[in-house]
Amino acid sequence: MEKTIKQLKKELKEALEKVNDLKSLNDVRVSFLGKKGKITLLKEQLKELSVANKKTVGKMFNDFREEATNLIAEQEVSLQKEALDKQLLAEKIDITLPASQLKTGSFHPLELINDEIISLFVSMGYDVVRGPEIETDKYNFERLNIPKDHPARDMQDSFYITSKHILRTQTSPIQVRMMEKNYEKGPIRMIAPGKVYRKDDDDATHSHQFMQIEALVIDENISLAHLKGTLEVTMQKLFGGTRNIRFRPSYFPFTEPSLEVDVSCFKCDGVGCAFCKESGWLEVLGAGMVHPTVLQMSGYDNKKYSGFAFGIGIERIAMLKYGINDIREFYQNHWHFLDLFKRIDKEGY
Amino acid sequence: MRVSRNFLADYLDLSKVNFQQLAEKMVNIGHEYDSCGPLVSASNLVIGKVVDCQKHPDSKKLSVCQVDTGDGVFKIVCGATNVAVNQKVVVAKVGAILPGDFKIKVAKIAGVESNGMICSFAELGFDKKFLKERDWQEIMVLDDDAPLGEDALAYLQLHDEVIDFDLTTNRGDLLSMLGMAYEVGALYKLDVTYPESDFVEIADSIKDEYTLKVQTEKCKLYLAKLVKNIKIMESPVYIKNRLIACGIRPINNVVDISNYVMLETGQPIHFFDADKLKDIGVRMGKNEEVQTLDGQIRKVAENDIVITNNNNPIALAGVMGGLATEVTEKTKNIIIESAIFHPANVRNTAKKTLRSEASNRFEKGIAKERTFLALKRACYLLAKHADGQVAKYLLKHDKMSVSDVEITVSIEHVNRILGMKLTMAEICDVMERLKLPYQKGKEEICVLIPPRRLDLTIAEDLIEEIGRFIGFNKIVSAMPASVIKMGSWDKKMSYLKAIKNFLVGQGLNEVISYSLISKTDNKLFSQENGITILDPPSKEREVLRTSLLTSLLNVYNYNYARQIKNINFFEIGSVYKEKYLEEERLGILMSGVYLENKWQNQQVKVDFFLLKGLIESLFNFLGLQNRYAFVFRKMDNFHPYQTSVIEVDGQDVGVFGKVHPELANDVFMVEINLDYLYNLVVKPIKYKAPFRYPSIQKDVAFLVNEEITNLEIEKVIKKTGGRILETVTVFDLYEKDGRKSIAYSLLFRDEKRTLNEEEVLGILNKIIKAVEENFAASVRDK
Repeated sequence: MEKTIKQLKKELKEALEKVNDLKSLNDVRVSFLGKKGKITLLKEQLKELSVANKKTVGKMFNDFREEATNLIAEQEVSLQKEALDKQLLAEKIDITLPASQLKTGSFHPLELINDEIISLFVSMGYDVVRGPEIETDKYNFERLNIPKDHPARDMQDSFYITSKHILRTQTSPIQVRMMEKNYEKGPIRMIAPGKVYRKDDDDATHSHQFMQIEALVIDENISLAHLKGTLEVTMQKLFGGTRNIRFRPSYFPFTEPSLEVDVSCFKCDGVGCAFCKESGWLEVLGAGMVHPTVLQMSGYDNKKYSGFAFGIGIERIAMLKYGINDIREFYQNHWHFLDLFKRIDKEGY
Repeated sequence: MRVSRNFLADYLDLSKVNFQQLAEKMVNIGHEYDSCGPLVSASNLVIGKVVDCQKHPDSKKLSVCQVDTGDGVFKIVCGATNVAVNQKVVVAKVGAILPGDFKIKVAKIAGVESNGMICSFAELGFDKKFLKERDWQEIMVLDDDAPLGEDALAYLQLHDEVIDFDLTTNRGDLLSMLGMAYEVGALYKLDVTYPESDFVEIADSIKDEYTLKVQTEKCKLYLAKLVKNIKIMESPVYIKNRLIACGIRPINNVVDISNYVMLETGQPIHFFDADKLKDIGVRMGKNEEVQTLDGQIRKVAENDIVITNNNNPIALAGVMGGLATEVTEKTKNIIIESAIFHPANVRNTAKKTLRSEASNRFEKGIAKERTFLALKRACYLLAKHADGQVAKYLLKHDKMSVSDVEITVSIEHVNRILGMKLTMAEICDVMERLKLPYQKGKEEICVLIPPRRLDLTIAEDLIEEIGRFIGFNKIVSAMPASVIKMGSWDKKMSYLKAIKNFLVGQGLNEVISYSLISKTDNKLFSQENGITILDPPSKEREVLRTSLLTSLLNVYNYNYARQIKNINFFEIGSVYKEKYLEEERLGILMSGVYLENKWQNQQVKVDFFLLKGLIESLFNFLGLQNRYAFVFRKMDNFHPYQTSVIEVDGQDVGVFGKVHPELANDVFMVEINLDYLYNLVVKPIKYKAPFRYPSIQKDVAFLVNEEITNLEIEKVIKKTGGRILETVTVFDLYEKDGRKSIAYSLLFRDEKRTLNEEEVLGILNKIIKAVEENFAASVRDK
């Protein structure tokens, strides 16, 4: 019996040495440990041994069977690993091959600028208000202190639909509507974004359709100092933290005083360069204190309230910011142009 | 508005003023300029005398001259036909620079050395409109007494500087040298001197021969004066040069004087040939015609103001004179008209006739004092430069009430608007600079506004004047301190933004296109005519679009023409409907390959079902699960069998399909009414426990007539499957001999317990039976 165990031990070792894959290992397992395997059959013989022998030989048998099980299991683990390694090797790829082309969409650059400005103003407590693109002469002009046949009408050549209806030339009529609707005639802090239209011939710097955001603040004791502070914050948000602004007197019928606003050039930091035509300043928007007549026409007490307003041309800002020199680019929608805006911008997150 | 330094210097002392600096200072007070520089940008031009003139040995057209310039005699080759010995001429010496940065050097002309150039008038760089043909071909010949070797431009009185201002429309007063003088005077604290205007009158009276009758409210002031026996000739040099500097072409002394007076005073005046009219009238037009100076016969409308002779129209007031009473070379006697016509009427008439220097000034308003001044100045200048004899008296219609405008403004008000801390002294200083008479109160000032400043009507106007001269850039910035409140997006805008975010996330680019399109384009995907524009600038911009689809297709075509074929994009924008209604819509266009990796042979091409999937996921995103359906319907310019309307709750909300191949290949588009979707009530997100019990899947394939749609079958399956049928998925489809096999994978699950096989089979059999009965279907491979 002991001899047989030793013999089997030897046989097992030899068999395992010949094993080279999981299948042949399984064959070995079956031939030794299977139902009719050599070791299983040997167990039958144990019953025939004397009690004294049973104890020692029995232990020897059990140890051997455990050893055999372990040996096979160990070999199995290593064969499995080997097989896996082989499989992984077979799965080797050239990771430098081209990737699948996934689609990523982009927002239109005018939308990006619009969003940036709107978010800033919402964070400062402004309400975003929209209004119709087809306006009446009353809201687009008359209520803004531009009566019929006023020379200031030349500043904005309009698309008329009837003698009364026009495509709005500015988003200011939204402010008028808002002032009118505000029955308490109390403070207002709003911005009005949207498309506007002027009867211009399209060229590199003119577009018959463009986008505007107008801001209006009405409250007690609102002054040009507040306009200046607000515009500084706006320009710093759009063009970087060190921007300054400059006021130049101007004329708009709906504001008094009226101002043109320049921002210090962000390319040269105001020193003067080709981009700003050596002036150090870039013209960005028009602004002013709401004309008392405009306040009165909307039912506001201009003794108690004053307000500032300004209008930003979105195209102008986008052209400056991204270095676009033809306004028609925005409306041609060339794929390569649109694709430029598929990524976040510096500080655009 | 072009301002000449020499002209302006008549009214204030500019001796210490640098003109370039003046231009910059004017910008700071609100007057931008387009250009600033010398009238003639030439240097080193001197007066020379031709002492010898011989034909060039090798050229018939050229002459070889010896020119004495006081500091030597130089050999100069000249190409002008009129050059001759003993002429005094303008010489550009070697080293001179002519306009256009043209440097004069020693040069060989046809083999002969030339040491300079004898100049023609054209070579001084004036605009073509100021030049006659001989100004190009002939050299300038100066008077014999022209001082040899002296600065030629000084002699010609052409040393001048010009700023071309781009003025704002409220400052009509600055369309005159006098107005400019006040503004510049305010900058430099200089006084304004008025021009001389005294003249002698003869015994003849205008009243003896002429009458005036003004029959309209639209003309409140009309003055006329008679000047007799004028001589038409060339204007004096100073007048000609100043007109050129201001951009007006000199004609003759009489015409030039009318322009000169207008530039000086801002009051346009008109001269009539006095022998061609008698009874002057001013009235509104009626249905009649007038032949204007340019020879055109023009219809006169009821809101045109006309000047009449014996009640027949002879001029469009403030806009254009008539041919019949025009001043010609033969004119002897002149009626001067100096009047104020209503700005709105002049503007109206000018818009359909001609917008001129004169109409521009009438439109912006004229001060009464200038109407009188202009009349006097015209008489004075006609007497001086045209030998005119001024008849006594004047014809006058004056219904103009000049009530003094007084504005009171408090220091507190000034500082409240400007956000500054100005003192009474600082405010008074600005009033003094502007020559605005004022009275100081304790806390306020009362300013008497002279008629020359029609733009100053309210306190805020004065505050602006104070801001302009103190400097708006001295304002210290602050943030508005008001009650803190939450800012808010427009609700619909947020909704649209969410949709944009969704679509960009799906790989679509956003586009923005024009709202105005051509009528033909608008008809492509819309039955509506749309709102048309009055007097559209072009056929491309005549109607407001009633659908986004044409615009999208145009964007596609624009890119396709540039070899860009795989594109997916969307636009959210308004379409414009009857009664001026605007409707927010979403348009999507997809075409080509959506996803690809060529070397792996992976490719997802855009087709009907890809875009359908995108639309469905958008609708699900918007919370509209189980509320929408795609219903086959043929539509113009879509593929007849790949087109559908989209319904939500049974209402049409959009169209979707493949563009007809006659228009474009493999292009898919959808357009959805977002206003409708926005106004729908959508259930809020509500918690639902995740699945806890296993599901059972059963597959079944039906053979049906090919006319039967998936949707019909699906509806029956869902209805019969009931509560425990979780999903129905088509996983196979093929068609053969008019029949199609459509295979469904059905997933059953009960959220409260584990289902058993038998009950699922029971339901499956019911489903099979229902489909068989409803559609004459048979089950394949049961």
